Amino acid sequence: MKPKTPSNGCASLAISDRYELNAAMNMSVAPSTSSTPNGTTRPQVRIVIVGHVDHGKSTLVGRLLHETGSLPEGKLEMLQAVSARRGMPFEWSFLLDALQTERDQGITIDTTQIRFRTKSRDVVLIDAPGHAEFLRNMITGASQADAAVLIIDALEGVRDQTRRHGYLLHLLGIRQVAVVVNKMDRVDFNAARFAEISDEISAHLTGLGVTPSAVIPISARDGDGVAERTPRTDWYVGPTVVEALDALEPARPLEQLALRLPVQAIYKFDDRRIVAGRIESGHLATGDEIVVMPKGKVAKIKSIESWPVTPVNEIQTAGRSVGITLDRELFIERGDVIAHVGSGPRDTRRIRARIFWLHDQPLLPGAAILVRLGTKETRATVVSIEKAVDPGELSSMETQSIARNHVGEIDISLAQALAADPFTDNPRTGRLVIEVHGRIAGGGLVLSADAGQRAVPVNIVPVESALRPDERSARYRHTGAVIWMTGLPGSGKSTLARALESRLFANGGSPILLDGDTLRAGLNKDLGFIPADRTENIRRLAEVAAHLARNGHVAIVAAVSPAAEDRAAARRIADTAFREIYIATPVEICESRDPKGHYAKARAGALHAFTGIGNDYQPPAASELTIDTSILSVTEATDEIERMLVRSGILFDEFVDLAANI
Amino acid sequence: MHLLANDEANDRLHKAGPVVVSPAMQNAVDGRLQGSFEAPSQAPSMDHLDALEAQSIYIFREAFARLKKLALLWSLGKDSNVMIWLARKAFFGRVPFPAMHVDTGKKFPEMYEFRDRYGKEWELDLKIEPCPPLETIDPTLPPAARSAARKTEGLKLALAKYGFDGLIAGIRRDEEATRAKERVFSPRGTEGGWDVRDQPPEFWDQFNASPPPGAHLRIHPILHWTEADIWAYTKRENIPIIPLYLSRDGKRYRSLGDSDITNPVISNASSIDEILIELDRTKVPERSGRALDHETEDAFERLRVAGYL
Repeated sequence: MKPKTPSNGCASLAISDRYELNAAMNMSVAPSTSSTPNGTTRPQVRIVIVGHVDHGKSTLVGRLLHETGSLPEGKLEMLQAVSARRGMPFEWSFLLDALQTERDQGITIDTTQIRFRTKSRDVVLIDAPGHAEFLRNMITGASQADAAVLIIDALEGVRDQTRRHGYLLHLLGIRQVAVVVNKMDRVDFNAARFAEISDEISAHLTGLGVTPSAVIPISARDGDGVAERTPRTDWYVGPTVVEALDALEPARPLEQLALRLPVQAIYKFDDRRIVAGRIESGHLATGDEIVVMPKGKVAKIKSIESWPVTPVNEIQTAGRSVGITLDRELFIERGDVIAHVGSGPRDTRRIRARIFWLHDQPLLPGAAILVRLGTKETRATVVSIEKAVDPGELSSMETQSIARNHVGEIDISLAQALAADPFTDNPRTGRLVIEVHGRIAGGGLVLSADAGQRAVPVNIVPVESALRPDERSARYRHTGAVIWMTGLPGSGKSTLARALESRLFANGGSPILLDGDTLRAGLNKDLGFIPADRTENIRRLAEVAAHLARNGHVAIVAAVSPAAEDRAAARRIADTAFREIYIATPVEICESRDPKGHYAKARAGALHAFTGIGNDYQPPAASELTIDTSILSVTEATDEIERMLVRSGILFDEFVDLAANI
Repeated sequence: MHLLANDEANDRLHKAGPVVVSPAMQNAVDGRLQGSFEAPSQAPSMDHLDALEAQSIYIFREAFARLKKLALLWSLGKDSNVMIWLARKAFFGRVPFPAMHVDTGKKFPEMYEFRDRYGKEWELDLKIEPCPPLETIDPTLPPAARSAARKTEGLKLALAKYGFDGLIAGIRRDEEATRAKERVFSPRGTEGGWDVRDQPPEFWDQFNASPPPGAHLRIHPILHWTEADIWAYTKRENIPIIPLYLSRDGKRYRSLGDSDITNPVISNASSIDEILIELDRTKVPERSGRALDHETEDAFERLRVAGYL
């Protein structure tokens, strides 16, 4: 079905022409072949009704149920009796407001699903609340829908929640939208008023990439335009609401896309080792060569297991929950994604996403979050936030954090690599949700799955250690970490780094010192002191340190690292293992110490670009610890660092029970 | 009364383990022999019941992966029997967690007979938990709701006894208006209560599965099914049923609860096919035979807030 493309330019057309076109487009009902339990072949389409509070969603649903003869026997009478008993006039919306709490407040607080039939469809109607307070429920309802009906009050016109819901439909991936302009009775069925609203909302939706399939004038309360045409809108030639619902299509499984099978679990109930999951897109068959991402390991599908009949030989397509066995023993775990060799998803630790935020607390840069993508979950850090706006406002100010019910683009650094696709390549493996304190707090679309990180060339095969991190930490009594000491030359970084190294080693740990100057003598000897070289110097230090941390060691880095941006990059590389210590010794003290004679040389003009004299040091704003060595002794400072490492979970007193972690 | 016997179903049910050859597979093998080796066999297109089944299996596997101690609530009715069938599909013939029957002691004899037989045949880890006496229940509830509330109390006792963090329940959205508002993974408070005003968002099959300490989750794998879906699937899969669902002397039970608060409906449907035809025409709600739903307009809601299924 090819939808019309409305724009403000349409206003020059006669209204009847516009809607004739519209109607013609909508009447082309494509056949679909899902069968219903009663044996007939009727497509089932799930439709969410969204829009601003009080614009008449529940009234429309009540009216639709009545008009299609779908009400349970006695329900209407029962509710009319309840209304009479409470001394209030009957409203169609009472049909949906089955909960006590709703009747008290007069607003729908959660989603309700109602089923009815049109001429050619089984319709599941999802009534989603319009009140801004309950956006999480609107999203819960709308996410299950194949298509949406956006309702607008003819008197009030397009409101903030109308725009917000329109934006969210776009983020939820719902592309079929019919617009209903309700309460036309309150504007005397005025065609010009209708055209005004129609143009405004069509322009808004089209700007989001959502083209409305119809814009329909109705009065849900009186029934005009719902199931029947009425003389009161004789200027309108398009479909009724029921006809428009008949034209909406069920979402199709994503069989045409590349295979994506996110692994839910590995079952070893008997001698079979079954990899279980649901095919999100594409198809698979016995004998297929597959790759397990993000690890990149390759195998063949040995069998497709099922019950009560097994194995099965048919090709399995998108939407099926399957179990497969492989021709070789690979280490596979929940969260991996199985794809065909040559068309696998990206393997990434950095994602850029456009998200909506539902949590009471705004999302800030630097926030520690949990990301769920498919069946994978990993801790993550929000590196940066851009384009954070209220999608309900016409011209919203961009902010540095994403407030509740707002949207924005975020750059996320993941603690573990995962397999993902941009949502334009695959809508299923191109979306994620964000959890805070064990509760879903937001979600959105993957814009890119590497976010500026260089791609790992395909012929590089990283070799994993034979030991697991927890095996090492059980011995060392610490987890892997990067202790990053930053500060002016002469502030005491190297002294403290050495003291910390001795302390950790004496306690049975595995500390490794990475001194900036020492590494410049070898690994980094090709680098000078111009900003680009300094940045690369820090990147290499951070990569080496992060590698050591991933393998359970405590890498102690002592480096001036004057640029805040470079240190932020180091934190992204080492991620949650990163602990920054700012050695904030006053510059006069540093110069008086001058252990390497650099200050003296710089004063004499023999040393250019020397941090300390050149005053180009950018102090950290949020380091894990700040130490002034002009006040503390080396032992006292080391004690401070040790306490911080215990507090932040790097060092622990008790031996870890290895068995408990397996 | 004997249990409904469907020979084919029983033959399959006696074998929980894999069956190796099926007609479908035989056809596929024949197809290969005839030279279509390059394309194994036609991908079967998914119908409505396939889609429902796949979604339920996905939910079961998510629950099993993310929670530590699960139990499936087996009420012995048509819905929970479908649910057990789906669990066996999800886990390749086994139900890897206990099936718990919270027993009011007032079920129909046919239901107990069914439980004892299929508890064994399906190799369930069956746990039968009693309910406290009526005298201990909130006397301000209407009579039938008060009787049903015993089950809620029995459930709380069982939760305390075993420390389950997830209870799998066979409720459906189309049954009743308050159930329509349920999440698939639905958090319950430490007292088992449901806070309908503060349900977390749930979308894209990503579920909130971290109950706070002392609380538990309800998991609803067939929330998206309808009564007609249940019967169509029961027929397709040959799942055994309690014969009370079929018409005898012009009446049948559409929904089975305690024998003292459940009434039959007028019906001549004596086979699943006839039930499906009847459902296609009826406008009478499924739970019309359940007395507790009709006592006061908010009785059911009060029960559910307190932890009723």
